[in-house]
Formats: sequence, C-alpha cells, structure tokens
Amino acid sequence: MPGKLKARIVAGRHLPVMDRASDLTDAFVEVKFGNTTFKTDVCPKSLNPQWNSEWFKFEVDDEDLQDEPLQVTVLDHDTYSANDAIGKVYIDIDPLLCSEAASVISGWFPIYDTIHGIRGEINVLVKVELFNDLNRFRQSSCGVKFFCTTSIPRCYRAAMVHGFVEELVVNEDPEYQWIDRIRTPRASNEARQRLISLMSGELQRKIGLKVLEMGGNAVVGYLQCFDLEGESGLVVRAIGTACTLDKLSSGSAPNTNTHMHPNTAPASNACNSPSKDGKEPVFGEDLLSSSGPPTPFRALPTSSSSPPPFSPSKPCSRQSSSSDTDLSLTPKTGMGSGGSAGKEAGPLKTLLRQQTQTALEQREFPFFTLTSFPPGFLVHVGGVVSARSVKLLDRIHNPDEPETRDAWWEEIRQEIKSHAKALGCHAVVGYSESTSICEEVCILSASGTAAILNPRYMREGCLDMGITDHRFEEPSPPSCGFCHIPYDELNMPFPAQLTYCYHCRRQKVPDVLFTTIDLPPEAAVTGKGCLIQARLCRLKKKAQGEVNATAISNLLPFMEYELHTQLMNKLKLRSMNALFGLHIQISVGENMLLGLASATGVYLTALPAPGGIQIAGKTPGDLSNEQHILTIQKRINDTIAKNKELYQINPPKLFALDPEVFCGINMELTEEVVGSPIPDPRQRSRLFRSHSESSDEVSELDLSHGKKDAFVLEIDDTDAVEDIHSLLTDAPTPTGFYSCNTEVMPGIYNWTSGVQMFTSVRVLRLSNANLTNQGLNKIFTDLCENLLKSFYFKLRSMIPCCLCRLNFTVAVPEEELIQVAVTAVAMTFDKDQTQEKPAEKAITKGCSETEDQLQFPLELCADASSANNQPSSKISGVPETTNVSSRDRCSTWLELLRLKAHTIRRGSVKTISSLDRSSPLPEGRSRSLRSNRSFAGGSVTVVKMTPLSFLPGTRIIKYLGIINMFFIRETSSLREEGGVSGFLHSFIAEVFAMVRAHVAALGGNAVVSYSMKECVFMENPNKNQAQCLINVSGDAVICVRETDQEPIPSMTNIGQTCTSGTDGAT
Amino acid sequence: MAVELDVFVGNTTIMDEEVYQLWLDGYTVNDAVKVRMEGGVMEECEASADVLLSDTMDQYRTFQMCERLLHSPAKLANQLLFQIPPNRQAILIERYYAFDDAFVREVLGKKLSKGTKKDLDDIGAKTGVTLKSCRRQFDNFKRVFKVVEELKGPLVENIRQHFLLSDKLARDYAAIVFFANNRFETGKRKLQYLTFQDFAFCAGQLINNWTVGAVDNMVEDMDVDLDKEFLQELKELKILITDKDLLDQHKSLVCTALRGKTKAFNEMEANFKNLSRGLINIAAKLTNTKDVRDFFIDLVEKFIEPCRSDRWTAADMKLYLTHYTNSAHILDTFKHQVVWDRYMGVIKSCIFKMYHD
Repeated sequence: MPGKLKARIVAGRHLPVMDRASDLTDAFVEVKFGNTTFKTDVCPKSLNPQWNSEWFKFEVDDEDLQDEPLQVTVLDHDTYSANDAIGKVYIDIDPLLCSEAASVISGWFPIYDTIHGIRGEINVLVKVELFNDLNRFRQSSCGVKFFCTTSIPRCYRAAMVHGFVEELVVNEDPEYQWIDRIRTPRASNEARQRLISLMSGELQRKIGLKVLEMGGNAVVGYLQCFDLEGESGLVVRAIGTACTLDKLSSGSAPNTNTHMHPNTAPASNACNSPSKDGKEPVFGEDLLSSSGPPTPFRALPTSSSSPPPFSPSKPCSRQSSSSDTDLSLTPKTGMGSGGSAGKEAGPLKTLLRQQTQTALEQREFPFFTLTSFPPGFLVHVGGVVSARSVKLLDRIHNPDEPETRDAWWEEIRQEIKSHAKALGCHAVVGYSESTSICEEVCILSASGTAAILNPRYMREGCLDMGITDHRFEEPSPPSCGFCHIPYDELNMPFPAQLTYCYHCRRQKVPDVLFTTIDLPPEAAVTGKGCLIQARLCRLKKKAQGEVNATAISNLLPFMEYELHTQLMNKLKLRSMNALFGLHIQISVGENMLLGLASATGVYLTALPAPGGIQIAGKTPGDLSNEQHILTIQKRINDTIAKNKELYQINPPKLFALDPEVFCGINMELTEEVVGSPIPDPRQRSRLFRSHSESSDEVSELDLSHGKKDAFVLEIDDTDAVEDIHSLLTDAPTPTGFYSCNTEVMPGIYNWTSGVQMFTSVRVLRLSNANLTNQGLNKIFTDLCENLLKSFYFKLRSMIPCCLCRLNFTVAVPEEELIQVAVTAVAMTFDKDQTQEKPAEKAITKGCSETEDQLQFPLELCADASSANNQPSSKISGVPETTNVSSRDRCSTWLELLRLKAHTIRRGSVKTISSLDRSSPLPEGRSRSLRSNRSFAGGSVTVVKMTPLSFLPGTRIIKYLGIINMFFIRETSSLREEGGVSGFLHSFIAEVFAMVRAHVAALGGNAVVSYSMKECVFMENPNKNQAQCLINVSGDAVICVRETDQEPIPSMTNIGQTCTSGTDGAT
Repeated sequence: MAVELDVFVGNTTIMDEEVYQLWLDGYTVNDAVKVRMEGGVMEECEASADVLLSDTMDQYRTFQMCERLLHSPAKLANQLLFQIPPNRQAILIERYYAFDDAFVREVLGKKLSKGTKKDLDDIGAKTGVTLKSCRRQFDNFKRVFKVVEELKGPLVENIRQHFLLSDKLARDYAAIVFFANNRFETGKRKLQYLTFQDFAFCAGQLINNWTVGAVDNMVEDMDVDLDKEFLQELKELKILITDKDLLDQHKSLVCTALRGKTKAFNEMEANFKNLSRGLINIAAKLTNTKDVRDFFIDLVEKFIEPCRSDRWTAADMKLYLTHYTNSAHILDTFKHQVVWDRYMGVIKSCIFKMYHD
C-alpha cells in the first residue's frame, strides 16, 4: 500500500439549473478512484454550492496511482427519480507522483459532460502521500518525468541520453462493444474517455519502467498516439527518448560530476537484447511498401568531420563496427590521461566515433525523438529517412499480447534503421511515427533524420562535458559541421552534387539538405526561412480488403516522389537549399489519398546556392508553345528574384552592401575589423568554387535532375503545365508576416512577448463526383492556402509577427470530405531591431547573431595557422577555462552554447559592445510584459499555451508534469448548437479551457510543447448529430518574466545576447 | 465543393472591435462582410472576400457564445471558457450595454413588458436601428431593471457593481430604470425636442433629491420610488398661490430683484402669477400617480412654453428661477422652506436642462 490519495471537494459555481420548478439545483459530488467511491452531502437549492467536504482518503498501490485518474462526478439529487449527472472531471494524478513536479492540485475545474459540454465549475483539492517502495520487482515507475518537449527541457541538463523507448497497449473500443447498443451515448462516451485515460496511464507506467531499467529518470519527446481501429480495437502507443536529466538550480553549479550511473551499462545491455541485434530486417512479405523515392529523399547529407588523415571514413558497415567493439575502451583511458588531449583530438575522435557507433548499434533502435539538441550532440546529418507500410486490420484477439501491432512497428523501425545505415549514419534523430486508418486499411509511417551523434552523451563515465569537452572539440565549426556529409563521397548512397562547404571550405556538403529536426541554433543561415508545403491528392478506386491495400501501397511511392519533387521545386523557387522540420503526412480515404508535406525552408550558408529552375519544352519548333514556355520561364525567374528579396537571401558571394544582408556583410566586416590574416574571402570562394565545379563534373553522371546549375522542368503534357502553375500559385506571405513549422524562424531573433496559440479546423465537401487528380490537387492546395490567408488576416493586429510550429493535419473523414486541422502559435517580434541589427553589428562588431559568423573567420584563422586542422590551443584553450568558471551560471544548453560562442570570440575580439546592447533590450521587453501583466488582474489565472518549448521573454522555472487529455463531445441537437462549426468551435474552446484549468490547478501558468494530436470529427446532419474526439498534450510549466530573475538570464530565445552570462564569465 | 466546417479558436479569444460593433448593431454576416469590405480592411492584409467571410463568421460565433456570459457580466471575469484579458472584457461589457440614444428615447418611460417588445419593429423602423439591436437594447434594459428592482442600496452603485459598467453608463441605466418604474410620459409631441441626455439629467436630479433614498439610504427600491411623504408635503406649497397676499408679496419681491436686469422684465412681471401657479400646481398634484407621469409634459406646458413664447433667454430663465426660489425665503408667513428648497432645487435644474430648442 505505497500511497495515500486525498481529495477534498470545496465548492461549485455556475452550475446549470437542473430543477425547472425552482430554477435551482441540489448538487452533490461523487469522488471515485479505482473501485472506491465517496460522496459529499447534498447542497440543496444552490447554483453555487459550498460543500467544504472532509478529506476523502484512498489507500492505493502506486501502480494504480499511475494508471487511474481521479474521477469527480457532480450530480443533482432527486428524491423520487434517479439522480441526474451534471458532469465529470477527470484529474490525472501523475504530476503529484514526481517530487520535482507539482505537490498539490487545487483549483477550479470545468465540469464536463460529453453531451452538454462545460456545465459550471468545481473547486477540488488533491494531494498524494507516497511511501518509499523498496520492492525491486515493482510494477510502477513513479518519479520518472515525462516531457512532450522534443529538446532537453529548459531547466535541466542531459547527463546522458539513453535512447529510444516505445510501448503500445491495445484494448477493445467500448464504442464497438455489444453493450453499446443498449447504453446511452453519454455512458458510451464516458466509458471510452475513461478507458483511454487508463490506457495512457498504463502506457506511461510501462514506458517509465523501461526507462528505469535503462538507468534513466526521464522521457523527453514523449509522443503518445491513439489508433482508433474501429471494430478491431483501440491502440494506444507511445515513443520517446529516455534520458538522465539533472535539474539545474539557477544558483548552484551543475558541474558536480557526481552523476555516475554504475549500473547503467548492464542495464542498457540487458534491455537491448543482443539476440535481436543481429537480426536482418525482414520486409517485403505482406503489403509493406518501402520508403519514398529512390533519390534524395533518404539522402541529403553532411560530411565526415574527421580530420584529413582519417577523412574518407569508411561507410560504416556492420562488420567494421562490430570489430571495433574491443577498441571502445581505448578512448576512455585516453580521456583519463588528460593533458595532451587537444592534439589527439583527431584520432581520438575517430575512435570515439567508432565506439559510439558500437554503443548505438548495440541498441535495437538508435532512434531519438528529439528535434533539437545540446550543442555538440549532433555531428552530421545525413538526410530524411522514412518508411511506410500498409496493413489490413483485424480484430485484436488477445489484448494482453499485442504482438501483431508490435511486429508491424518493429518492421518499420528496422527499415528506418537500414535506411540510416545506407546514409552512413548510425542514428536517427527527429524520429516520429504515425498512422492513417480508413475502414480496415491502416498506413503505418515512420520518419526521421539519419545522423551521426557525438558519443559524449551516449556513454557512461564521461557525463561531465565540462572536462572532456575540448578534447572532442569539433574540427569543423558548429555553424556548418552538421551539414557535412556523413557518407563516403566515392560510394554515395544516391546521386547528389557535392561541393566543399561554403562556410569552412574543408568538408564536402550536398547541394540540398532535408531534415525532420529543428534548425540547430548554431547553424549559419542567410536571410530568413519560410514555410514550404507540398500538397497532393490521388484518387483511387474504392475497394475492399487486400485489393484495396495493394492499390494503396502501389500508389504510395508515386505520391512520395511527387511530394518530394514539389518540395524541391518550391525550395528552388525560394532560392533556398535546406528543409527543416519536414513532416510528410499521407492520409487514406475510401476513394482518395491525401499527401501533405510541410517543412521550413532556409538558405544554409554552408550549402551552395541553388540554381534556378529552367523550363524546357518537349516539342521544339512549335512557336506558340515556345512563347508560352518563355513566359513561364520569365515568371519563374521573377518569382525567384522576388523571393530572394522577400527572404533577404543574399548569399555571401554577392557582396552587395545592402544593410539587410546579414551574413555576407558580417563576415566581411568582422574579418576586416579583426584584421586576421585570412585571405580575401572572395578569392577563397572563387578558389573553392572551381573545386566544387570539378567535383560537380565528376558526379554529373549520376544526376537524376539534369544540369549543373539550373533545375530543369520539362513541359511535355498538360499535367506538367498544371504542376508549374501550382508551383507559382502559392501566395506570398503578406508583409509583416513570416511562417515556419519549426520552433522558431531562422533569421528572426528578437521575439517580444506577444503570443497567440490557435487551432483552426476546416472541412471541405467535394460535391463534384467526377473530379480529376488535377482538380483535386487544386482544391486541396487552395484549401491549405486559404487557411494560411485566414490566419494572416486574423492575426494582422500582431504584425510584425511569425507563425511558428504550423502543424497541419489532414484527414479524409468520409468520402468526399477533406479535413485540415492546424495548430500553431503567432509570436510578435521587434521589427525595428531587425533592421537596426546589421548596422549596429557592423559597428559594434559583437552582437548575438554575429557570433556564428564570427566563429567562422576565427576557425579559419586557426586553420590557416595550423595547416593540419588541429584546433589551435589558443582558441580552444582560452574559452575552456572561462567556460568552466562560467558554467555554473548557465541554466540552459542554449546558453552554454552562446557562452561558448562568446568566449571564443573573446579570444580575439573585444566584447564590450554586447554589454552596451543589453540595456535597451530588457527595458523594451519588460514594458511589453508589464502591459501583459496588467491583464492578469482577473480572478482566473492566465494560462498561456504554445506548441513551442518556450515562451518568449520568459524563463521556465519548473516543469509540473505532462498534460495528456482526451475528450469526446457528442450532440444530437446539432442545428441548435450552431451547426457543425458552432459545435466544434465550442468544443475546441472547451478543450482549451480544461487544459488551462488543469495547468492552473497544478500551479502553472503556461503549457509548452502543446499539440493537438487527434481531432476526429464525425457528423450526421440528417440525424442532427455530430461527434468529435480530441486528444491534446503538452508540458505544464511555471514561467517567470526573464527580467524577474536573479542575475542569470536564460536564453530562451535563439539569438538574444547572453549578456549577463558573459558578465559572470569575466 | 463547399466549406462544410470552418472554425478558428485562439487560446486568447480573438475579437475584432469593428466586427463586434457590427454584430451589436445587428448586421447579418453578409452585411457585415460588405461593410468591412467597404471599410478597406481587405487591402490592409491582402485578404479576399472568402477570408473576410470566414473571419466574420468566426467572430459572430464567438460573440454568440459570449452573449450568455454578457448577460451577467460578473461571470465573464471568472468563467473559464474564454480567456479574455480584463481590459477587453471591460470593452465587451461596456459595448454590449451601450445603446442608441434614438432608440432609448422611444422606449423611455414605457413599461418594459412583452407588449412593448412587440412594438420594437416599429421603433426599429422609425429610428433606423435594426430589430436585432433593438431587442438586445430592450433586453438589457429589462435585465438591469429586474436585477436592481430587488436590491437595496443606491441605484447607480448597484448597477455599476452588478453589470460592471462605467459610471456614465450606470447613471444612464439608472435613469432608464427610474423612468420605466415611474412611467414618465416622454413620447408626446411637445416633448419630442428633448434628448435622452436631457431626461437622464432630470432623472439624476429626481433620484438624488426626491426619492426615499435621498433621505434614507438602506431601504428597498429607495432610488426608484419617489418619497411619498415629501409628495404629501408638497401640497403645503399651495399656500403660495392660494394666499393672495403671499402671492403678491412674492411677486413684488421677485420683480424688485429683477428690475433692470433683463430685457424680458415686462413679460416676467406680466406672467408671474401664471407661472407660479403652474409650478405650484405641479407640486401639489404629484401625489397622483397619473400626474407624476405627466411631470415633464406639465413642466413644458405650464412653464417652458409660456417662457419660450415670450422669448426668454436661458440666462433670463436662470435669473428668474433663482430669484423666484430665493424670494420665497423672505416671505415671513411662508413656513415650508425645506420642502420648498427640495422641490425648487430639482425643478430649477430640470428646467435649465430642458430649456433649449
């Protein structure tokens, strides 16, 4: 009996009138946990009852505490007939089970009824007393922290990243049980809500156990999904990244390297059953359709970071890496020896790399659900890997043995793993899984980004990065290192044009890079980014069973290929060369498939400038046709030019003295100011360009897309014309707006505190029965474009602002219906500052954004002096010492990174100017925050919500636990509730309200990493009925204004100066 | 192909003040879109008519959902469904309870009953206010009336606290409630020249001086009902016109004071008895509910109109009434000084306010 749960019912307010005669209500409350139920007294004739009940005590197992929610039911007492239920509140106890999260739940909760929505509020107090449980074989995993955030949470430090955890549980869907025929819709909905709540609790507990087994204490990037398989059951599955997190208390030093985990290694060994390890992936049997197009899809690159002597690192074949296992001890001893480490960096690194590979390969799936990483974690990025598989659902016979579903996912994961290997990568980051179900057909999808990771975080014994750091210092600067290809140049997994990195000029980079992760904060970017979407509809014949599944799996590769081509074209049209946060969703309906790919395009300074798009006609000689081609060509060229201006893409080589050209200018100026003996960059770039051209010629044979520079589009039929038209119809974002689907917009740094999270849903009915693919594409594209236009219009008062984490979800709920749901956040930023910045920087040569650029010449400097590419001790040494002394001042990874950048710069450049700049910034921010604050005067706590992992202008001081809520709403008076729109509008508003109330009750004031994972809407207008299921999740947090804190400002925003951090360093 | 469902929900509820006003004014969605298009909001953000329509529908839905809460504004502050910053809440409430002067002028003094509600379409047609807006305004009046009817304490303060309105708006509502309760006649042709603000001012005067609350501030209905005792006492003033001596004495005192100070002196002298009779008769009859209703029409007929036909200026009027009031104090046989002041204080300020074109 290791836990005591206590609950007290205080009062109610705004209750509905339940007794028509008196216009009042005789309310009482039932509090239920597990099988125990308590009741309060009846509070007669009041719409604002005061119960002030005693403490109801439940003595329960901690296992139940994790699985079960506390169920509070408000009823109207009726002497003669049955008591009427007013509504319910489900309270997730989980946050109380972790000492670091919330300690009490107390507040007003909306009383929710699945038929009537919110009906008043109830004030509840919940506490938990946990007794220490020493039982080794316990089934609970209390204390393991869960985070939806896909990066290391802001007030923690990752001592170790253990890796992938997954679990799934299945059950029969109550909606499809025989009993559903005789019970009320309310009872059925409540059974479903309760079951899913139970299943999520169980799932979380099981994952927690796995984490404990691995020696971790937290799951980051926790992604839980529901598969409503209808007749065949209900699947709840989750993936995440197990970590050992250390709390950073702002005052204390985090560098006490006492976080040893002696039993980590055995534990992780144990759980990665070696037997599975060697197993070759088996696919191709049933209806597995392997990943996308043969070419750049799974590819797209980065270079080996190893210094020249080791440079052509062998493609990491299984054999070579396994033979390396015995070497794995060497780097450890090497580390212990200290001193000469700097010089040994090169060879050591290689050893380490092999060693990590081994460490990673021991794992069944070296996958990470994280999308942004501590600095130095990500070494190289290979490109997107994805796999899809079409399955036929049948009844899950034994819910306790969900083997089929497990096997399906296992298969997909194996495929992903092998794709990553083909790219010369040993890990997959930014990994996610999803499904799309239509009747009995289910498409399972998984995607991620193949990558090479720094071993530092994977091994026990060298957790303290402060000491080991410099020995494994990247020879390639962090601003471009991740772009360098990880695979062997001579043995490329796919055709690509390689050039020398435009940033460091030492390693090879691909011409384009696609990834599913966020843009690393340290990456050098030219100009601004933008949202790029590829949209596609494909009709298919209606069919049943295997025929249907085969048809779908035959269509999939073509869809992926087309989506990819669209993305590529749109990227070129915007004159950009990389995609981040790529998410491709393929949704299946009875008679069509929908594909939607979203990503944020950027111009990575390290990658070559994209060539233009060239239109070629298949039938020369036809004059009118050629005329036509010429006009299109002109339009395309104009669009490209316009986009370059819009996104301020002026790659360094142009050297226009336009103040808006961030990077080009900065590089120039800093070099001049520093007066380093670096050769004129113009010469250098020319030099290297000739190089790259020659390499282009070599690889030209492999090119699938034609000529060197321009990307050729052939117009041979009307389809192609349509494609080009659709390419050009994407409306540009209105002035003052930017949009991206990543955490933040590359190129915007000065966020102000304006935040507006929103959810928008649109459903389109296709009335025209005989639509063509082209017609459908147009409709679908317009739907998405119009949604974006609506957002811009609605949020126009926030200008200048950026829509971040634009997350589109498409579905085909019924034949002839297309549903698009979007959740995103609009954030304001300071435009003036953006404009001032370049100039200011040019003069003061030392503001935040310059850091990236500054590092570049400095690295070059180092290279120049020591031709052997070994980091000169002058540079790597000085910052290290400062780093150590200042480390205790850092509260986030980002800050650490920035500090490093600062200190590196400090080695040769004066930094006083950055201190000057600090003064105007906080002032402005505090002003805007203050105005915000005055709003908070109401009696209801303002709870901000954002899909990002932070709130601009604030600092997260505490994570209170995961929010994972599932609601069903049903109506049989659809018209009276304002039709489908009115129904869904109030339901979404209710869901927001319930999330806010739960967060406020935990003592929080914000939800970060919020997402709406499921929004299933069904209607039957003829019967005046509709039903909707919504699943949302996020992390409840307490955050404070950045200016409120002690001397340490945390870098919640990329690019804000860490001025006081630097203070500390001095 | 048709948009079947289209919603946009913000964590902080997004409300456009312009659309809110259109909604309050009773525009249909399509009319509102037209107005917005003409207003040029489209150019502002490169929007299309579709975007505008979708936005307008969303906003209308939001307002409809909020309307329930606006009926008891105190709920708006502690409800959980919409996250609206307090300053916005205040705007929402204030605008919701705002009314058209043209409309309220028509309803003022009428019984806030179903019967009146049925006539709203006529009033709407007459004033150019949409029926929807008329209904909202009428329901607001009725709601405020019902709530304060049962409350103790000062009327304006009750309205302000219960409906979270600004002082100005609370005073206007107090006037509306007061007029509706006493059923003052305001609709006669002769009263047409008076604005709502004129009446509201008078109502304020009456509430502050003639109600029960003016003497005792903890009775029910204290500010809505006139002080019966006071009305009884007003009968005593009749002596000023029934007693011939007193009347002459009063006249000579006033005339002495006025002589040479105004061009209208002759008319004043000639009309003194008539005017005085008029005012005192009004006072004496106020015990009859019927005559209370005709209070304003009597003021106009018995006093304002004669003066106007004699072309008194506003300054003349002020001068005359001041001396008329003060001179009564010098009459040694006149004992009802307190009642006289209470009566004339209000009459004076009401007439000042009402004496215009």
